[in-house]
Amino acid sequence: MNLTLRVWRQKKASEPGRLVDYPARDISPDMSFLEMLDVVNEGLIQQGQEPIAFDSDCREGICGMCSLVINGVPHGGHQATATCQLHMRHFHDGQTITIEPWRAKAFPVVKDCVCDRSSFDRVIQAGGFVSVGTGGTPDANTLPISKKDSDRAMDAAQCIGCGACVAACRNASAMLFVAAKVSHLAQLPQGKVEAADRVQAMVAQMDAEGFGNCSNQSECEAVCPKEISVDFIAQLNREYLKTVIK
Amino acid sequence: MTLDSKIPSGPIAEKWDKHKFDMKLVNPANKRRYSVIVVGSGLAGASAAASLAEMGYKVKCFCYQDSPRRAHSIAAQGGINAAKNYQNDGDSVQRLFYDTVKGGDFRAREANVYRLAQVSANVIDQCVAQGVPFAREYGGLLSNRSFGGALVSRTFYARGQTGQQLLLGAYQALERQIGLGNVQMFPRTEMLDLVVVNGQARGIVVRNLVTGSIESHAADAVVLGTGGYSNVFFLSTNAKNCNTTAIWRAHKKGAYMANPCYTQIHPTCIPQSGDHQSKLTLMSESLRNDGRVWVPKMPGDARAPGDIPETDRDYYLERLYPTYGNLAPRDISSRAAKRVCDEGRGVGPGGRGVYLDFAEAIKRLGEHVVRERYGNLFDMYERITGENPYKAPMRIYPAVHYTMGGLWVDYNLMSNLPGLHVIGEANFSDHGANRLGASALMQGLADGYFVLPYTIGHYFASVKRDPVTIDHPEFKKAEESVRTQINRLLSIRGKRTVLSFHRELGKIMWDECGMARTEASLKKALELIPALRDEFWKNVMVTGEGADFNQALEHAGRVADYFEFAELLCADALHRNESCGGHFREEYQTEEGEAQRDDANFAYVAAWEHKGVGQPAVLHKEPLAFETVHLQQRSYK
Ligand SMILES: Cc1cc2nc3c(=O)[nH]c(=O)nc-3n(C[C@H](O)[C@H](O)[C@H](O)COP(=O)(O)OP(=O)(O)OC[C@H]3O[C@@H](n4cnc5c(N)ncnc54)[C@H](O)[C@@H]3O)c2cc1C
Repeated sequence: MNLTLRVWRQKKASEPGRLVDYPARDISPDMSFLEMLDVVNEGLIQQGQEPIAFDSDCREGICGMCSLVINGVPHGGHQATATCQLHMRHFHDGQTITIEPWRAKAFPVVKDCVCDRSSFDRVIQAGGFVSVGTGGTPDANTLPISKKDSDRAMDAAQCIGCGACVAACRNASAMLFVAAKVSHLAQLPQGKVEAADRVQAMVAQMDAEGFGNCSNQSECEAVCPKEISVDFIAQLNREYLKTVIK
Repeated sequence: MTLDSKIPSGPIAEKWDKHKFDMKLVNPANKRRYSVIVVGSGLAGASAAASLAEMGYKVKCFCYQDSPRRAHSIAAQGGINAAKNYQNDGDSVQRLFYDTVKGGDFRAREANVYRLAQVSANVIDQCVAQGVPFAREYGGLLSNRSFGGALVSRTFYARGQTGQQLLLGAYQALERQIGLGNVQMFPRTEMLDLVVVNGQARGIVVRNLVTGSIESHAADAVVLGTGGYSNVFFLSTNAKNCNTTAIWRAHKKGAYMANPCYTQIHPTCIPQSGDHQSKLTLMSESLRNDGRVWVPKMPGDARAPGDIPETDRDYYLERLYPTYGNLAPRDISSRAAKRVCDEGRGVGPGGRGVYLDFAEAIKRLGEHVVRERYGNLFDMYERITGENPYKAPMRIYPAVHYTMGGLWVDYNLMSNLPGLHVIGEANFSDHGANRLGASALMQGLADGYFVLPYTIGHYFASVKRDPVTIDHPEFKKAEESVRTQINRLLSIRGKRTVLSFHRELGKIMWDECGMARTEASLKKALELIPALRDEFWKNVMVTGEGADFNQALEHAGRVADYFEFAELLCADALHRNESCGGHFREEYQTEEGEAQRDDANFAYVAAWEHKGVGQPAVLHKEPLAFETVHLQQRSYK
């Protein structure tokens, strides 16, 4: 099939960007979205033009490196699918596809469709861990954890840190990302010890990074490639309240 | 130069304890004075950086992704081994050690493997303490499953995302140390050279991938945890940007490269669908716990799988290897798949595929149980192929997956260059000629949490170093050579893209040095590679500028290194006149088509010394002594 791509090009953070049209010809439905972009970039390079910059690494939907707002929706809007796992069979011949970077104050554009998500790392630095050093830990089976708790912790821990939740939110809120980590650790006995300090520190850092407030629209859950539930935001709020009420 | 593996004396079970006692310690108050550069933030790098910082060393950590959490380790699916014997099925340190040495086809160093098995249990304890949500049973204890090459259940897992959860554990420990100011993290930064001063590794030269600036960093020791080189084959299950640059450039600075020809082809990957393909996707080996592998008995049988009755199916792994069946090790299963496809019995487009069938498991366990165990893998299969594996069997085919070779290291995980330590997939150490499933995660974390933090202290306490800063001429020289190479790549302005060269190199490697190799095919590769490399340096088109975010330039540098490395890989494969593990030379096989080792002549580690691009490398041999496990023909029948 043949498509038209309308792509965000921006040389660097300090320069303005704009949408530029490129044809994408002879695209096979079996290609992944990023393979389609690879083909377009090959063509650009052969003409001596700079290829479209975009991030990707594992191309298996787990590293969280890929991003792209596709036709207005982060990751393109297919259930539980990151951009790298999106395939061209979901598009049709003659279609125009708009491709843009994540847009959020806390995710400044680096170039074209690449942005800087180091704010997420700093939120984790603030408290997204269990404070144990290497060594001296007890035998793993001395601490039984119910399958229910452990499964729920895993549901939250699956977050790939891609930032689609922020990109989808009209306030660019990072609540789902923060909630996933807070809930993962609060659900487990290992993480309970520091739960109060953790939630306070992570929320404070989230605010300091310039992420917006949550207004319960649940767009974040809808675009999350791991289908992390907004129930975890409720859990985050409970964990937070506990620390202010007492 | 003689290769001293520094294996401690004494009985194998006591070596590590004895060595820990014999090693010199650094006074805790002095640790702040020692600086360590850790390149890589995968399981190996992140666990090492965090542990070293906790101990008090001053650490700088580097990765090319935008966050340390995205290292390729994140993609590991199936699980991590440990000799816990929680299932009471006869597992022990001794058995994990034995399985790993045998699985590696007797080409690994016994003492390292034994230590790995010993510390494996600590790794699980560490991860659980960090909050890694491993799968559990209803009673609240940890759950296990089986992986290829083992008859016990010793694999711990977190759904099909074990690598993700382990890496996030290590990443969080690392971020904690960054927050405390003990680690300085450099994401989107690529190491482009190793700096050696007075024979000691003293720093690195990097390129800031956002601004393009070339910078130097000096330290008392350098640790490489930069992963494997599967992408020399272009198509592999590795992440797109995995590369050999860090270890190759260290090799060019004097570090020996060991056993590069030991590459692993994984039997269960989604077959290639076209020329546009950018990577191959693994379907975790854990699927072989419940999936059955088969092809039609008759060549050219074009019926849909559901229309082929049991009597016309060949469950060839169960037939050939009744004891291990579908859990035969990777090298053996991959070659068996190739053989049935070569016989014309392969399925799917092009006949390069075999079925992995869950019909029986679904009948026995119910679809919900299969969904709970493998749901995310089934979903991934459907997203990529558009087919529903609950209804029809998956189609799978072998693909390059892991590389056992890497920089040579001694028992202390230090290379022949003093101060240069190598951990995780980047070193050659523990898996011999074939790695067993779920053992790479174990090794990466064992190296980073429980081995390197001890051995590096011994290096600091026992080897004298002069003070060195980045103003030393060796740093300036290295920076200059990095700049020269970048300018050269940008100035060619030829007609072909980097990707097209990478693809062609990969095809040569897969066709001539892939699942089966011959003297003739390797000699052919050794002619094709330098010719293509010459064309690359005359005709490649790299757009953009050096002082900018430039992905085409990044890729060009990596492919340039692959061109040089590929030649060494093939030369190593050509020199090894035997078959062992993942290295299968057609000339050397038994009547049944199994790998035929030549222990009399090849029971050694081949460590290569660089002599210049296009010049033959010089071979150094580390003889392998098997004192505990007796050399035997590997059998999984
Ligand atoms: C799809 C898949 C599934 C797997 N499943 C399993 C499994 O179930 N069980 C198992 O045991 N093993 C599995 N493996 C193997 C295992 O994941 C890897 O061997 C292991 O994770 C490697 O870890 P590492 O820390 O050595 O390197 P990596 O995780 O590859 O990390 C390399 C790091 O080095 C950095 N880096 C590289 N080059 C440079 C440079 N020049 N400059 C700066 N930084 C650099 C990268 O940014 C990255 O941070 C799997 C592998 C694949 C591909």
